[in-house]
Amino acid sequence: MPRLPNGLATHAEHVHGHHPALQHHFETLEQQHEASTLGMWIFLVTEVMFFGGLFLAYMLYRIWYPQAWSEGSLELDIVLGGVNTVVLIGSSLTMALAVRAAQTGQQRATVNWLLVTMALGLTFLVIKFFEYEHKFELNHVPGPNFVFEGPHADQVQIFISLYFAMTGLHALHMIIGFGILSTVAWMAHKGRFSPAWYTPVEMSGLYWHFVDIVWIFLFPLLYLVDRAHQLS
Amino acid sequence: MSTSAVAQPGVNYLNVRHGLASWLLTKDHKRIGILYLLVVTFAFFLGGVFAAGIRVELTTPQGDFVAADTYNRLFTMHGIAMVFFVLIPAVPAVIGNFVLPLMIGAKDVAFPKINLLSWYIFVIGFTFTVGAMLIGGVDTGWTFYTPYSSNFSSSNVMLTGVGVFITGFSSILTGLNFMVTIHRMRAPGMTWFRLPLLVWALYATSLVQILGTPVIAITVLMMALERAFGFGIFDPRLGGDPVLFQHLFWFYSHPAVYIMILPPMGVISEVIACFSRKRVFGYSFVAFSSLAIAVFGFLVWAHHLFVAGISPYSAMVFSFLSFAVAIPSAVKTFNWTATLYKGAIWWKTPMMFVFGFLGLFLVGGLTGLFLASLGLDVHMHDTYFVVAHFHYIMVGGAIMGYFAGLHFYWPKMTGRMYSDSLGKLSALLIFVGFNLTFFPQFVLGYLGMPRRYHVYPEEFQVLNVLSSAGASVLAVGYILPLFYFMYSLKKGPLAGDNPWLATGLEWQTQSPPLPENFPQTPVVHEDAYEYSKRGAKVA
Repeated sequence: MPRLPNGLATHAEHVHGHHPALQHHFETLEQQHEASTLGMWIFLVTEVMFFGGLFLAYMLYRIWYPQAWSEGSLELDIVLGGVNTVVLIGSSLTMALAVRAAQTGQQRATVNWLLVTMALGLTFLVIKFFEYEHKFELNHVPGPNFVFEGPHADQVQIFISLYFAMTGLHALHMIIGFGILSTVAWMAHKGRFSPAWYTPVEMSGLYWHFVDIVWIFLFPLLYLVDRAHQLS
Repeated sequence: MSTSAVAQPGVNYLNVRHGLASWLLTKDHKRIGILYLLVVTFAFFLGGVFAAGIRVELTTPQGDFVAADTYNRLFTMHGIAMVFFVLIPAVPAVIGNFVLPLMIGAKDVAFPKINLLSWYIFVIGFTFTVGAMLIGGVDTGWTFYTPYSSNFSSSNVMLTGVGVFITGFSSILTGLNFMVTIHRMRAPGMTWFRLPLLVWALYATSLVQILGTPVIAITVLMMALERAFGFGIFDPRLGGDPVLFQHLFWFYSHPAVYIMILPPMGVISEVIACFSRKRVFGYSFVAFSSLAIAVFGFLVWAHHLFVAGISPYSAMVFSFLSFAVAIPSAVKTFNWTATLYKGAIWWKTPMMFVFGFLGLFLVGGLTGLFLASLGLDVHMHDTYFVVAHFHYIMVGGAIMGYFAGLHFYWPKMTGRMYSDSLGKLSALLIFVGFNLTFFPQFVLGYLGMPRRYHVYPEEFQVLNVLSSAGASVLAVGYILPLFYFMYSLKKGPLAGDNPWLATGLEWQTQSPPLPENFPQTPVVHEDAYEYSKRGAKVA
């Protein structure tokens, strides 16, 4: 139901044939969709700036302490990180398919693709959990109990701090995305979307792709610093 | 003009619904503006109480009113309350929320629910911060410099940091909402170059909020991670760089100055056009200077770090860019002055605040150039000269502009007038009190009195007593509006739709406006400030 301010709501609805998703302060669904799209892109810009602070710190210390970055990066599990990269890219594909399904009015397919996306997101988080757990076992966790054998232990701690801050913040975004997708999947299940209006599917898709892209940067920056050295 | 003949209109946004829930669950941008007004006013007086503590302590050279540690907490909490909970939200969230959709002929902002959410986020952040103040406060300075904040301070850094972090998202969401609103919600005929200059200013501000505020969020988060879990990002013991914190902090906090000053500048354009009965001189220059300030504002942050050991070459570049940002500010000031020229000046309260703004902002802006000079800054850095400079900008500029806006839009917000003579008295007290408070601080700073100390050599006492005396006058000037505004709410004469005979869509609808702003979506046929088409004779 549109939230119209007075008793004329249903009357106006009959006269103008308002779409139930059209909010009272917009003239048309198109205007509403454009506003949401612009708002989402602006939000993603704020996210870029938000992660940007960490990337800046990463860049500075990588230039200052290349040795420590190499040592720290070799401690990370490239197999788990690599699998997670594939999982996330796959989830972006299924997300895009969910948007496509909503666009073409396939309700069942929308729900299913959203569920697959959520399952892949969950897989990522589970793998990430085991990676973190391993770090805790080795005491490779920043703080007073940090233990690291090597000539640049202090600077490696900075690397590990940034590793936890960046991947932790990313994982938090995944968890939030999981919550958003479950809401959208529920709405899709209830048949709220149609080719005329599927804005929430598209917006959550934009968000999901953004979180995916962050990982596309994080993986090489954190896991692949000096792997060639390891191979030789 | 006669206002008593105007009947209070029937349904408006204030009386359409009643009860606390109708306010706390409102999605009406006008009511949300009022909600912000309440919190901001509270924060303003809270920050004022801390300022009073500072000024009382500084009346004598000895530390006899408070101990050094308490003094550190006082100036920190004064800064935090004023910066994050008054200056940043004052004009955008209070006045902007109220008038922006009205100005562009929209029914509401683009995302009314997010608008309400941003108020709640603001209140939650404020609650954390006030909570931290109540259990002892914080002593790091509002700048939270590491490693003191992350490793050493025993005060409530975490809780305050959480409060500031949360509040940032309120500012981000307001900026996002305004930007989308200005892009997508304009009425037919409201082209970009017909927009009132306040809308341009709010747009530029939104740009800064969107690009800058996330950076302070991540910076405070890194500081908090360091404090809570021993992360080593800014810890020099591990090879971390505390100056990196300063860079990140000022990457937001210098542009934040423009979040504070750009919207009041927009208000000044509105008021000066109305009370000069003229179109703002050089409309497009004033509009683009807002954007230029927003963009340049991101390129000057390291002028706060001239003595922090940054490379002299980057210091030269930042010094040059800091001078450059004065150009768009000067464009505005010159254009406002040119607007007055041959205008039919109407001496009403909002215009008094504008004159106050022009004088004080001029001093604040020019002394900023002193500080942008590399050599002089070494002498002035962290002295009262800096304190005086930024108070001239933030209080003399931003708060004056905010008061001009409040007095200008009050009849639209409430449908009632306030006492014009008391309003003028308040403007005068604020102007005189402000100069008495802060002008001596320029001298003190030049003579070498450092900021953030609760004791000082005896030869500085006269100027400090003058400053404290001025602060008392200033306090009276700020408290006075509280009374006549309250009185006006109950007993003020009805204002009518357009008591200032102003142009602009917000004045074409009734006062207080309808719940949905306009009876039907207006169509715009003319440029902003077409005062020549209206009667110039007012009195």
